[in-house]
Amino acid sequence: MSHSFDDISAQLKGRHRRTKRLKFMSMGALALAATFLVVFIGDMVMRGYPAFQQAELHVPVTYSEQSQEIPLAAVEEDVRDLVSRGWLRQLPRDMAADASLMGQTIDRWVIADDQVDQYLKGHKSHLKPKQTAVLDRMIENGTAELKFNINFFTTGDSKLPEYAGIWSAAMGTILTLLVTLAFAFPVGVLTAVYLEEFAPDNRFTQAIEININNLAAVPSILFGLLGLAIFINFFGMPRSSPLVGGLTLGLMTLPVIIITTRSALRSVPDTIRQAAFGVGCSRWQVVRDHVLPLSLPGILTGSIIGLAQAMGETAPLIIVGMVAFIPDAPTAITQAATVLPAQIFTWAGEPEQAYVERTAAGILVLLSVLILLNAAAVMLRKKFERRW
Amino acid sequence: MKAFLKSGLAVAVIAASVGAAEAREQLRIVGSSTVYPFSSYVAEELGATSDFPTPVIESTGSGGGMKLFCEGVGDSTPDITNASRRMKTSEFERCEENGVTDITEAMIGFDGIAFAQSVRDGSMDLTREQITLAVAAQVPVDGKLVDNPYTKWSEIDSSLPDRKITVYGPPSTSGTRDAFEELVMEVSTEEMEGYGGEGYTNIRQDGHYIAAGENDNLIIQKLVENTEAFGIFGYSFLEENADKVVGASIDGVQPEADAISSGEYPVSRSLFYYVKNQHKDDVPAQQAYNDLFMSEKMIGELGYLKGIGLIPLPKEERATLREQVAERTKLTLADLQK
Repeated sequence: MSHSFDDISAQLKGRHRRTKRLKFMSMGALALAATFLVVFIGDMVMRGYPAFQQAELHVPVTYSEQSQEIPLAAVEEDVRDLVSRGWLRQLPRDMAADASLMGQTIDRWVIADDQVDQYLKGHKSHLKPKQTAVLDRMIENGTAELKFNINFFTTGDSKLPEYAGIWSAAMGTILTLLVTLAFAFPVGVLTAVYLEEFAPDNRFTQAIEININNLAAVPSILFGLLGLAIFINFFGMPRSSPLVGGLTLGLMTLPVIIITTRSALRSVPDTIRQAAFGVGCSRWQVVRDHVLPLSLPGILTGSIIGLAQAMGETAPLIIVGMVAFIPDAPTAITQAATVLPAQIFTWAGEPEQAYVERTAAGILVLLSVLILLNAAAVMLRKKFERRW
Repeated sequence: MKAFLKSGLAVAVIAASVGAAEAREQLRIVGSSTVYPFSSYVAEELGATSDFPTPVIESTGSGGGMKLFCEGVGDSTPDITNASRRMKTSEFERCEENGVTDITEAMIGFDGIAFAQSVRDGSMDLTREQITLAVAAQVPVDGKLVDNPYTKWSEIDSSLPDRKITVYGPPSTSGTRDAFEELVMEVSTEEMEGYGGEGYTNIRQDGHYIAAGENDNLIIQKLVENTEAFGIFGYSFLEENADKVVGASIDGVQPEADAISSGEYPVSRSLFYYVKNQHKDDVPAQQAYNDLFMSEKMIGELGYLKGIGLIPLPKEERATLREQVAERTKLTLADLQK
């Protein structure tokens, strides 16, 4: 059947219209996704940025025998409720460490209570009118100020919001991810190399492949139960430790690494292998000198994405006891530790207002690290990518 | 590539051997999420003011804590468990079976459960019976139990406002929910006709009661957004968010510290922790933690824990308990059956 020229022109209009419609719909979808992202990040920044500042007070501190006994005596009566208890309670230890302080009165900046902090930030506080009067006068004199909150980056969890920081959780995350990497990377890559380069294509390897793909989709909490049963109950590894957490997350990351490594190996053209065999290389030499180096960017990208995923995980870690109150930073992988997302989760449940901003600030830090990791993955791929 | 692999393995091996050499001197605590804020406050104070490492505290819920605590004696089991209710006799027996035979009970104070709404409408007067009728799955109508037909407060009692019944509360895994069911629903249904004199604790699932997760901050946020709704949560959250939410008075009593301490406010419970005395010598921090927790500085009238929502015990009782805990008085089955 033939169409006249007019028929085709009429059709053409409709076809163009449909193309346009598709274009607008997909642009709309992108705009919607972008809006969600902007609203989420914007909200987090709005809530989180005040946490990077902390109120401090410039007050005379008396180092005497009395203040060694009763730290409250170190500051004048009208500011006693305004200075952070966390700062006061470490005073006797400071004095024990530095004997030259004894008998001196030093004007210095000290950390303020979280209620003072909230007041200075213009939020609601529980301060009494008498206290706010003192504070207002201090703000006028310039002896009460918001300063950069260094504590947020150098301390661990605390029940005093002004002393709560992410350092311990960050250390925990680093140790945990090291264990994850040390376990999942070699095991994952070797598994993929065997399946791709050595294994015969039979029912057995097909079954393994299906199972690996399946594992990648298993809810992460199940890996936590597995970790509890194997690592803690069977092998007797210490609960809450980065060792157990890292191995558990390693199990979870394994399928991701295997799958991405296999596809990276598969993308190396067979002509490379054939050429290598042609000049007399053994299977080992082919894999080591040709296939692995060529697929390394893909393998690294996959591993980084797998690690980034593991880094944001909390569910399996609840089961192995890493979601807990652990203020001390771990120095070995067998000590108790918590991780960044777990810290965020813990803060989100605290009743004090000051934790709300710390929760958001913690999320911002976690997001920044994740963006760095994912950007590194993209850069690695761009840099080493080869096309055939 | 090879270097990469080797370094990764080396890191793991070194780190593992460094850690394995140390024994555990860190106190390990598990248990109730209600006691968790108080427990971690004391733990931090201990870590900051002594040479002991800060104890590690996991919030596992009262039941979950008992399970871990009673698993046995030794390095891998917790030294202390927190509970927002007393140890059950079944839990005590399980402890005994597993060799945990020397336990001391420490009561630290009270906690009230608030039934609160947005400050916009001010406080409301409710009875336990009215609350039960609003949240129970089945209620008596003309002497027979039927699926809860009430959708508005005014249908329960004409003196109540013409507002839709919406209650945000904890999920069934929560100790707060256990306490609510026991202290509000069970107590009032035992007296009400139609339930046959037995306590009834099933909560309705037709959308009027919304289980809002373990996070009490979330419930407060919901109450701010939805001013018609009520929420069920611990007293410390009510105190901390007094600018946003206000507690309903129950049976004519406002949820205030004094009323909870005296037992006048009907929805209050005692908080406990249990000490495994067999770990006394292995984990010396246990003694220091006990002494600090039971001190006047923490649980007293002017103690720090009062500032974060714990309601202190009467003075004499504090003194007796302090002595008992210091002497590590052994808990017996007969104590729990009282």
